[in-house]
Amino acid sequence: MIQIDNLTKSFGKFRALDGIDLHLEKGQAVSLLGPNGSGKTTLIKSILGLVIPEKGTITINGQLIRNNPAYRANIGYMPQIGRYPDNMTIEQVIHMIKDIRKEQTNYDEELYHSFGLDKIKQKKMRTLSGGTRQKVSACIAFLFSPDIYILDEPTAGLDPVANELLKDKIAAECARGKLVLITSHVLSDLDGLTSHIIYLQDGKLMFHESIGELQERTGEKKLNKIIANILTNADSKQICIS
Amino acid sequence: MLTVSKYVFLDLLKNRSILVYTAVLAVLSFTLLGLDGNSAKGLLSLLNITLLFVPVITTLFSAIYFFNSLEFIELLLSQPVKRAGILLSEYAGMALSLSAAFVVGVGAPLMVLLPIGASFVLILTGVLLTFIFTSIGLLIFVISRDKTRGIGAAIIVSLFFTLLFDGLMMAFIFSFSDYPIEKAVVGMIGLNPVDLARILMLLQLDVAVLMGYSGALFKDFLGSSAGSIYSVACMLLWIVVPLLLALRIFRKKDL
Repeated sequence: MIQIDNLTKSFGKFRALDGIDLHLEKGQAVSLLGPNGSGKTTLIKSILGLVIPEKGTITINGQLIRNNPAYRANIGYMPQIGRYPDNMTIEQVIHMIKDIRKEQTNYDEELYHSFGLDKIKQKKMRTLSGGTRQKVSACIAFLFSPDIYILDEPTAGLDPVANELLKDKIAAECARGKLVLITSHVLSDLDGLTSHIIYLQDGKLMFHESIGELQERTGEKKLNKIIANILTNADSKQICIS
Repeated sequence: MLTVSKYVFLDLLKNRSILVYTAVLAVLSFTLLGLDGNSAKGLLSLLNITLLFVPVITTLFSAIYFFNSLEFIELLLSQPVKRAGILLSEYAGMALSLSAAFVVGVGAPLMVLLPIGASFVLILTGVLLTFIFTSIGLLIFVISRDKTRGIGAAIIVSLFFTLLFDGLMMAFIFSFSDYPIEKAVVGMIGLNPVDLARILMLLQLDVAVLMGYSGALFKDFLGSSAGSIYSVACMLLWIVVPLLLALRIFRKKDL
């Protein structure tokens, strides 16, 4: 579904992405992990066409994404920080997004109702808390039931109830054969949800493996244990080399 | 393509700054027009208010609003739409709502108290200036990497056109007064939309005394009608050129 070849991007002298090769298939729930500044957001934004890569190509469903905005009809994106025009109401924001994607008329408004946004749809965006705005972003991402979900820190700021609702939704969409790409720092949120892990460091791809393989290799069950295990091993290897 | 501009426009109509801007303009217009029995004087004072307020407020407000909408613009760009479409929508929504504020704040009092031809020209001038400086605000937003620098640039640019440019022009005229620089001066005026607006207005009022050196030259060289056409054409260029430049840069910008 998503094929990335030799993707490279620098901001000034800083290499944000350095020759990334990736292949993501449908039905996968891929977690994108890495320390701050490792290039996770840049990778996501490259896939969305918000960042223009300097080298390399991204192909989605066999189409090169450069200068071809139509491919984004297959993507639902939930940004890390959702900021909306102050005086728009929740209803207006949803309406506007529907207006923009006029061709797609099959709406999936499950989250809109389960989050209870329909009861506060007249509220202005300015008056909403960070968590509620996050809920609006989630609704928009899932509104058109796209084939690909790109969720940047989706659970940050959500209350436990909403958090569970969103995780259930993500799992359900995955089961329907959608591709979900998630970044999160809360590893426990990703447990039981993800099928594959991508680990980035300093703009380089450290590994891209399935959970099963990782569990076998490290002998751990929990995601945070797995990652900790790999990182400490990698550190000790580096120390040995130096 | 411009679906978003409707929502931006509606959002801005409820914006507190826009409401205050409209109210201040309305109060100023009513007092200035009511102050004096002489209509030309009232119009001139209103012209000066327009020439000072509109560029500064428009550039600053639009740049700040665009910077605050950055995350929202990102979200819109993750939809299947072209970048140019989104940027133009934001521009249209902003320029239209600021123009609406000007038309209500200055236009309405003028229509009530002084419904003559020159009043219409003043309204037109204000709307043109609004479109021009929104265009410049958009260009600043697209060029600048962060908000602080962008707002700084907006302040400098708007003050440059409202205050500094005249000083530079004066220095130029003074130091080259021995040479035939009339044509150069007329050309130079085209570089400042605020001067263009002033001359466009003064050509209607026929107050040659108040036009100053450059205004008198303008009238002398081009006459009233050709002068008006020249200044309107230059002002339209001032809308289109920064806008096209902004679209061009935005196409390749990393968000």
